[in-house]
Amino acid sequence: MMIEMLIAVALLGAAVVFVAPNRYAGKLAFLISLVPATLSLWMYTAFDGSGNALLGGDLAYETQLEWLTFGDYAISWFVGLDGISLPLVVLTTILTTLAIVSSWTPIDERESQFYGLVLFIEANLIGVFAALDFFVWFIFWEAVLIPMYLLIGVWGGPRRKYAAIKFFVYTNVASLVMFGAFIALVFGLGDAVTSFALPEVTAAMLDGGPEGLFGVGGTTLASIVFVAMFLGFAVKVPVVPFHTWLPDAHVEAPTPASVLLAGVLLKMGTYALLRFNFTMFPHEVVEPFLVPIGVVAVVSVIYGAMLALAQTDLKRIVAYSSVSSMGYVILGLIALTQFGVGGATFQMVSHGLISGLMFMAVGVIYNATHTRMVTDMSGMADRMPVAVGILIAGSFGYMGLPLMSGFAAEYFIFFGAFGAAFDYAPLFTALAMFGIVIVAGYLLFAMQRAVFGPYSLETDYEVTRAPLHDIAPMFVLLGLIIALGVAPDLIFEMITDAVDPILENGGEL
Amino acid sequence: MALLELPSWAALAPMLLLLATALVLFVVDSIRPGETGRGLLAGIATVGSLASLGVAVWFIVAGVGQPGLEGLGVVELFDGQLVVDQMALYFTIVVAVVTALVAIASYDYMDGHAYQAEYYSLVMLAATGMATMAAANSLVTIFIALELASLPSYALVSILKDNRGSVEGGLKYFLIGALSSAIFVYGISLVYGVTGSLQLTAIADTIAAGDADPYGGLLGLGIVMLIGGFAFKTASVPFHFWAPDAYEGAPAPISAFLSSASKAAGFVIAFRVFTEAFPVGATADLIGLDWTLAFVILAIVTMTVGNFAAATQNNVKRMLAYSSVGHAGYALIGLAGLGADGGELVMGAAMMHLLVYGFMNTGAFLFVALAEHWGVGRTFEDYSGLGRRAPVACFALAIFMFSLAGIPPLGGFWSKYFLFSAAIDAGLLLVAAALVINSALSLYYYSRLVKAVWFDEPLADRDALAQPIGLYTAIVIAAVVTVLLLPAFGPVSETAVEAAAIVVG
Repeated sequence: MMIEMLIAVALLGAAVVFVAPNRYAGKLAFLISLVPATLSLWMYTAFDGSGNALLGGDLAYETQLEWLTFGDYAISWFVGLDGISLPLVVLTTILTTLAIVSSWTPIDERESQFYGLVLFIEANLIGVFAALDFFVWFIFWEAVLIPMYLLIGVWGGPRRKYAAIKFFVYTNVASLVMFGAFIALVFGLGDAVTSFALPEVTAAMLDGGPEGLFGVGGTTLASIVFVAMFLGFAVKVPVVPFHTWLPDAHVEAPTPASVLLAGVLLKMGTYALLRFNFTMFPHEVVEPFLVPIGVVAVVSVIYGAMLALAQTDLKRIVAYSSVSSMGYVILGLIALTQFGVGGATFQMVSHGLISGLMFMAVGVIYNATHTRMVTDMSGMADRMPVAVGILIAGSFGYMGLPLMSGFAAEYFIFFGAFGAAFDYAPLFTALAMFGIVIVAGYLLFAMQRAVFGPYSLETDYEVTRAPLHDIAPMFVLLGLIIALGVAPDLIFEMITDAVDPILENGGEL
Repeated sequence: MALLELPSWAALAPMLLLLATALVLFVVDSIRPGETGRGLLAGIATVGSLASLGVAVWFIVAGVGQPGLEGLGVVELFDGQLVVDQMALYFTIVVAVVTALVAIASYDYMDGHAYQAEYYSLVMLAATGMATMAAANSLVTIFIALELASLPSYALVSILKDNRGSVEGGLKYFLIGALSSAIFVYGISLVYGVTGSLQLTAIADTIAAGDADPYGGLLGLGIVMLIGGFAFKTASVPFHFWAPDAYEGAPAPISAFLSSASKAAGFVIAFRVFTEAFPVGATADLIGLDWTLAFVILAIVTMTVGNFAAATQNNVKRMLAYSSVGHAGYALIGLAGLGADGGELVMGAAMMHLLVYGFMNTGAFLFVALAEHWGVGRTFEDYSGLGRRAPVACFALAIFMFSLAGIPPLGGFWSKYFLFSAAIDAGLLLVAAALVINSALSLYYYSRLVKAVWFDEPLADRDALAQPIGLYTAIVIAAVVTVLLLPAFGPVSETAVEAAAIVVG
């Protein structure tokens, strides 16, 4: 019942905070969020699962309860963790706690509602990573949308309404495409499945696949569903050309919402890609799409980085760089090798930490200066040495400096992708690696303009050092980034344990 | 179970409790006319409807209405004029729930209005009529129940006598109601003329035996007229014109009552008449036409007309009124699928939708009642920025709106999904497509309201808004249940599909 406990604490906490007085809301939310964070760390140390959740592995903290039956299909409350989902659950709980602390300064109106929504998102994110029944999973997946829509729309920047609605429409349409595709798949599987439990659907898929639906043949149906689901998840990731909601949402969102958006929400997309597209479908269905997806991944890496290079808004730079980083994840996934898929999962965690750190650092600087334009800033290092130091450290993480988690993640992905079996794999990998150069370029360029040189910011505000509670969460993140960089096996071992069955099953490429 | 020792008429307890509450209200008011505290009146109405709800839930759990259960099975009363089965209890639950919410909310809304005791007893009488509609098993009892539900409703719509809109809405409702009653009764007489019986199962027997053979056309005409009668009650096209005016003019809790409870009661009549009296196969042979076709067309037209009209409204109450026309279209799918295998699934899904709708739509109208209580005006612009002043109520509103629009993961999505998958299963591809397209469309106008209360800046500085306890309680309960229905979907769907299966047979 550990997973239920995490979700319940966050949900009840959300309700309590929502009606609490504004003055105490932030502290109260922090205290409540410590519970899931501590529990999930304990779950990490006591983790005893093995294998892949969808491929008959032993799950940790599993619960399966009958829920309802409609027509021929049963739906059950089915949750559990394997080596892929556990790190993401821990990432969620820790980032939520840190995001709450980092919002104490910037959020100064309607606090209780704000923190209530943040805890509500946390509950649903945990649910997304833990759920193993399609319907339960989908409920959590969609329940993330509404609070995020409100967070952006109510507490966001000047163009918040546009950004919130764009975010909502893009991701909701994508979800429905994916939902329709999955339902078509289950109907197409016919009598082979009697429930929406993902392991059962996976087993049926790998054991013969769909019979067909409405005159569409089984193989064709599987391919159509693969594409529709890929599109549905690709918007969430996001990959080029479905990325345009991301910079808008990020730039308008308040800092803590950006932290959660980049840190965890984007991972929902890649996590779902890994779970659905690259675990459920047999090798024959996936193979023809590897090269097109590879193109998309490489384009996302390079184009995202180029877009970041062209920005002058610090937050936009970080936002676009997410497009680029998530492109690496896709590249790792299609490699279908232990290092590729494992590295992609590792990168999900690593990018969650690093982008969270970057958004927090940008937020702290914005709070002090009320500008995010690198063209306006100069010599920030003199006034805010600690915050700027962390920003630089985060940038190094992004660039993949050894001994930081970004390096380990990218190394695994490139190593895995270079040896992948699909056509032109070395070429794609080489092109994607070039992205690192651009990343280094735009980050160093931005640093050089904003951080160094003489202080020249013209503003009515006095720019001073940030308070401790703004800085502390970033140190925690930095510590985690370095820990994972120095000892990737903290999570990489459990990840590969869960990844290996996928590869055996698909026939290692 | 103790139920075994009760006389069979005790199965009517949920309905009788509603009736008794109405009478108690009369008595209480006549002791000190016009002076009785509103708290007492609202309290009695609430307790009465909750008691009715409790008994109905107890019955359904204990198994009243399940065939094959010794002594507790389907209870037929008065020579089969009334029948208490799972379906009757299910819809009594919907009616009782909405009545309770309306009674709680009216405590604040009716503050300062005249005719309080009359108001509450009319509500309870109308609820009695609706609960009787759920149990009626012959065309006569159906008609009587229909009128028992309608007459108090006419009075309730126009109870704000000093308000022109209220009187006008009541008048329109009454005129169209009288017209449709006439059509309905004419339809009954035609069916009686052809089959020689009024009881639903007897009609079916006559049709199946071929005794009505030469008069197929006449029977068809009768059926069409019956459809007209309940299309009025459910505000389906083409008898929906009264709905926006009546809902707009009526006190907002009454709009909630009519659009949720009364609509559900209208559907239970349709479900019962068309499954019990006119089984698809035999009737189609006789009249030469499959009546499910009429419902396919009616469903598509109703949801489309309702949604398009709702999208063009500037007045929140009218928008909700038209959206309720659209939802009638979704529920009509329950009838459209009856001809196919798995008809009971489609109907069960429609029943689930009506239950979910009972909460989310009542909640939405009660929010309007709250806004009227505050006096903030009626257009979308007037609602802007309310989220700053009343976050809890506005959060509940967001839940209602997203649920009505069918946004996952809220209740409205699931009932629509079950409707969709059951419709596909029954081969109604066109209807299923219309459902999806209309649902997607509806997001536009529902989200407009969410955007107004949460994102837009208020037009004028508002003073602190009052927090009326009754309205808040009702809205929060409705919102909590709309969310909590999700984990409860298991038992609810089982009950609904089981009830539908008993009726479909």
